[in-house]
Amino acid sequence: MLTIDRATHDAIIAHARRDHPDEACGVVAGPIGSDVPARFVPMLNAAMSPTFYEFDSGDLLRLYREMDDNDEEPVVVYHSHTATEAYPSRTDINLAGEPGAHYVLVSTRDGAHESGPVDFRSYRIVDGDVTEEEVRVVDSYVDGAVDDGTPTDTESPQQKAEH
Amino acid sequence: MAIQVRIPTILRTYTGGERVVDGSGSTVTELIDQLEADHAGIKERLLEDGEARRFVNIYVNDEDIRFTGNLATPVADGDTVVILPAVAGGSR
Repeated sequence: MLTIDRATHDAIIAHARRDHPDEACGVVAGPIGSDVPARFVPMLNAAMSPTFYEFDSGDLLRLYREMDDNDEEPVVVYHSHTATEAYPSRTDINLAGEPGAHYVLVSTRDGAHESGPVDFRSYRIVDGDVTEEEVRVVDSYVDGAVDDGTPTDTESPQQKAEH
Repeated sequence: MAIQVRIPTILRTYTGGERVVDGSGSTVTELIDQLEADHAGIKERLLEDGEARRFVNIYVNDEDIRFTGNLATPVADGDTVVILPAVAGGSR
């Protein structure tokens, strides 16, 4: 299960909408071993493409150095699909290089870049195997534990969240 | 003094979990051959048809080797080499 705070969840969707029709991408870093996506880091899509994303290699090195210095890891790696569903493509699966990360996909297809519901789904991708997982959106993380907030909004896979 | 090589999470299965390993050689090609000798299997994850893989980034002292001569890029004791899988994908 991915537990993510609402501000970060909304920031990912805002980034995807802003970059539509190109794919948007980024990470949410968090303390190593915490599984808490704490620091939102939108990245430039160096491919600037509606069907492909890639971090610039210099940006990538700086990002990983920064995370190293902060004892962080990429808890979430996110990107958008702008004309297809929020499900990992063959390319996504082949190139997934962070077995410990939650791979978040959002879809801005069918006008979702302007208004209405945006698919926000999360997966583990390990050795070519894709496993969808539940996404739980919370108001905040408290003391390493997760504050359920009130009310808690749990999005089951396949469900669309209203935004 | 050796060449310090930083190993990404996904390749640490080849290094017994080590994040940083020592290497040697005078070019990236030689360095990778030495890594292979110490950590069998890693070379195939870095190279394809004798070239660096498209979606693996290798940096020598913070410079992407694509801009410094690819696998012929010189290395020396004291250098730092970073290996990072590209973060890439997309719907196509």
